[in-house]
Amino acid sequence: MFQPIRLPGLFAATLCLSAAFTIAPAAAQESTDPIKLTLHDWTGQLITTEIMGEVLKKAGYSVEYVQADYLAQFAGLETGDLHVAMEMWETTGRDAMDAATATGKVENFGETGMQAKEEWWYPAYMKEKCPGLPNWEALKSEACAEAFSIPETAPKGRYLGGPVTWGGFDDERVEALDLPFEVIHAGTDAALFAELESAYQRQAPILLWIYAPHWAPAKYQGEWVEFPPYSKECYEDPAAGVNPDAAYDCGKPFGPIWKVGWSGVKDKWPGAYAAIKAFNVNNDEMGAMITKVDLDGKKVSEVVAEWMAANEARWSGWIKK
Amino acid sequence: MGASFPVLQPVSEPIPENPASRGAARARWLWPLALALFVLFWQFGEGFAKWAFSYPRALEIPAARWIGRAAKWLVDEASFGLFTFTDLTRFLADIIDVPYRVALGLLSSGLLSGQGSSAVQHLPPLSWLAVLAIVALIGHHAGGARLAALVTACFGFLVIFGQWTSAMVTLASIVVAVPIGVLAGLLLGLAAWRWPFFERMLVPVLDLMQTIPVFAYLVPVLVFFGFGPTAAIVATLIYALPPMARVTILAMRSVPAEIRDLGNMVGCSRRQMTWKVMVPSAKDSLMVGVNQVIMLSLNMVIIASMIGAGGLGFDVLAALRRLDIGAGLEAGLAIVALAVALDRLSQAYAEKAGRPAAGIAAGGGFVSRHPYLVAALTIVVATFLAGLAMPALQSFPERWQVSTGTFWSEVVRWINVNFFDALEAIRNVILLNILVPLKRLLGDLPWAGVVALLALAGYRLGGLRLAALVGVLSFLIAATGQWEKAMITVYLCGISVVFACLIGVPLGILAAERERLWRWLQLVIDTLQTLPSFVYLMPVVMLFRVGDFTAMIAVVAYAVVPAIRYTVLGLQRVDPRVVEAGRAMGCTSGQILAKIKLKLALPEILLGLNQTIMFALSMLVITALVGTRDLGQEVYIALTKADTGRGIVAGLSIAFIAIIADRLISAGANRIRERMS
Repeated sequence: MFQPIRLPGLFAATLCLSAAFTIAPAAAQESTDPIKLTLHDWTGQLITTEIMGEVLKKAGYSVEYVQADYLAQFAGLETGDLHVAMEMWETTGRDAMDAATATGKVENFGETGMQAKEEWWYPAYMKEKCPGLPNWEALKSEACAEAFSIPETAPKGRYLGGPVTWGGFDDERVEALDLPFEVIHAGTDAALFAELESAYQRQAPILLWIYAPHWAPAKYQGEWVEFPPYSKECYEDPAAGVNPDAAYDCGKPFGPIWKVGWSGVKDKWPGAYAAIKAFNVNNDEMGAMITKVDLDGKKVSEVVAEWMAANEARWSGWIKK
Repeated sequence: MGASFPVLQPVSEPIPENPASRGAARARWLWPLALALFVLFWQFGEGFAKWAFSYPRALEIPAARWIGRAAKWLVDEASFGLFTFTDLTRFLADIIDVPYRVALGLLSSGLLSGQGSSAVQHLPPLSWLAVLAIVALIGHHAGGARLAALVTACFGFLVIFGQWTSAMVTLASIVVAVPIGVLAGLLLGLAAWRWPFFERMLVPVLDLMQTIPVFAYLVPVLVFFGFGPTAAIVATLIYALPPMARVTILAMRSVPAEIRDLGNMVGCSRRQMTWKVMVPSAKDSLMVGVNQVIMLSLNMVIIASMIGAGGLGFDVLAALRRLDIGAGLEAGLAIVALAVALDRLSQAYAEKAGRPAAGIAAGGGFVSRHPYLVAALTIVVATFLAGLAMPALQSFPERWQVSTGTFWSEVVRWINVNFFDALEAIRNVILLNILVPLKRLLGDLPWAGVVALLALAGYRLGGLRLAALVGVLSFLIAATGQWEKAMITVYLCGISVVFACLIGVPLGILAAERERLWRWLQLVIDTLQTLPSFVYLMPVVMLFRVGDFTAMIAVVAYAVVPAIRYTVLGLQRVDPRVVEAGRAMGCTSGQILAKIKLKLALPEILLGLNQTIMFALSMLVITALVGTRDLGQEVYIALTKADTGRGIVAGLSIAFIAIIADRLISAGANRIRERMS
């Protein structure tokens, strides 16, 4: 397809010399329109998306990357302006995803193979000040709460939760497990890690919400608090769990990271649809790649190229007809 | 906007109201009485009038639901018969897309055929050398060698710090958004100037466009205009266009009557009158509007990148996500460099427009008539050929680029490790002694009492109409269930405005008489105004934790700009003869400042206060990102849940607060001006 571009007359003459038609290569019987993949602002997602994009290119598809906000993108996925979002976390994106799939215009393309983990986390040096960790019951002691406190929250400890929009039921959890802690919500993910970086530099107390795959667990030494394991009943039924009178008396769910996209993809690019569904990587691979980019300073495209070279057998299986 | 509308009324200036100058004697007891009543009611009223303290849920206006439903109807059903509303907006999006593709092709992607990754590049984009040379030419054309050097330095910064690719993407959307914004603003302004009824409709709309936070209408814009650069341009336009329309209305009014008469005398038709007489003679002031459109468009870069515009805004966000403060700052400064270059260029053209045009040699060939155009074309061709021979001239090689690397992260680390305790102590004092008590106090006040007090203030300052406006707007905030969050908003903005004035007004007084200091200060405030606040927000979070204090710092840093600027403006405008007279009467310099200069500059300073409040409110969306619980957060939550109704209702509440503050302060400033003259 040639898109005519109108240029100011004076440039036109120069341009005409070399303007020639070229037919884009594409898979047979499928649309030659570009498949639009969304990019967000965290490295893991950029890597996942670029791997998928490279694989689709190898299969002869035209691919376009569009920068979009993680949640605002659903507006585009529903209308078909955007086609594929490679990372939708069970833990933070479930509600938005459910709302979108309910319209019938967005489809869940299955798991990416990665598991999202998120939980309360503390740096290793805090173990000295609160020796019972990682068991959650250690947090109930006054000394521990004091160790995690700041003037506004004292004598209660301070727990830095994710942005309000992430949900997570931390306020309810503190209530249900009767923890002497105050939940402060960071406004964004960046603010969350800025506080961690600051505290870590000073070896100061901090207890906060961390998720993986992410560079933080690789960069900072620390551990996740071990709460009673999550179960569906624990969240829904007050009677279940440690506290017989309250729900949310357990840890956070660990869930898959999903691939989602416009439901028109299946008919427009059947082969690409199959490839996207087949896409699969695991946490360890991804963690290693994120570390290479965020901590060793490599470029996303270099890391993706390395992965493509090392895993040729795997991805060529995804695009087999 | 054709000329087919009948002109309902002759153009007339609205008659200024002057209702509040009577009854000065009554004023003396009115306020103490009202305040006493208010305090009594606040202390003892809760027992018998619970509804006045928390608005009854059953009577809430479900505006969020209505708006949500209306938006859904617009998307799914609204139709003009042949085509639907969505078709119309999509058509507009396609139109905007055409110039954008051209600009992007020239600056960034080159001439492509095909789409996506299978596109084939036929011609490379303009090389960095070519763009650099062309901006230098434009600079020279607009303001001579000095300006040329300045803009070249700005663009050179982009090249050397490796921001070129992203900067050109951003520039492409700016060069599309600005002309559209200017043209649309101009047409709206002209229409409002010609038809008073249109102005009456337009002005409130402009107020809303400027004060509703962008996040509130991002979702509808995405739905109607598709996801990508075009939607980002539309959102930018909504935000950046109002000043142009306002400036146009003002500029048309201030065209001297003699010029209009002259036009009539030589027998201009209406169209000739507008385009050949009015617009050219108001060119000077119109350029101020152009300048504003450019600056506001650049303010939108970060938010635009969240909905697919890419470019520098995306780099800032991504860098801060991995806490790379240096990279974030470099990308942020690249936005500042673009802003400075475009700002100085547009100002130079404004000045040039004010001067009579130098006689253009009528004779001569094409070359001597259009020296700049010919030079630019030569550069394009020459650099294209040079780029073929030497790729380094086409795209600046990576090994020549410089970067501050980890320097800035180390600086923040050093401050953090060595001074955190001292900073924490300051933070705690201010937070625990000022912020927290004020927040509690405002949260406790009965809404009905506050509405009544506001209406009273409106009546005293501007008469019944203002009272009604202020009363109704503040009542609507309560009636849509936003009162509590609105009070947190008022608290956060109020305290920030106080701090901004405490810093800005003295700085302005200092700078007004010291030319060198003022020049440096201008550089600082220009940077503060255009550097995306996200860049300094993350270091501030590292030093002061998330929460209201950090939010306050971000708001003050941004809102201090108008406080300084208008103070300087006001003081510099004071008639030197009055100062001289004061000195002759033996006033000390302290007396001259306090009794003469500040008094005479008060209207400007009040205007500065007004702008400080507007700036503070416009930062609310950003402060939501560091964990506040105000209306800004509400808007942000609504955005992430794609809840159009909720977002717009919260956004409207912010707009109402802004409008109330604006109207009361303007009315106050008018009264002072009256009293002085």
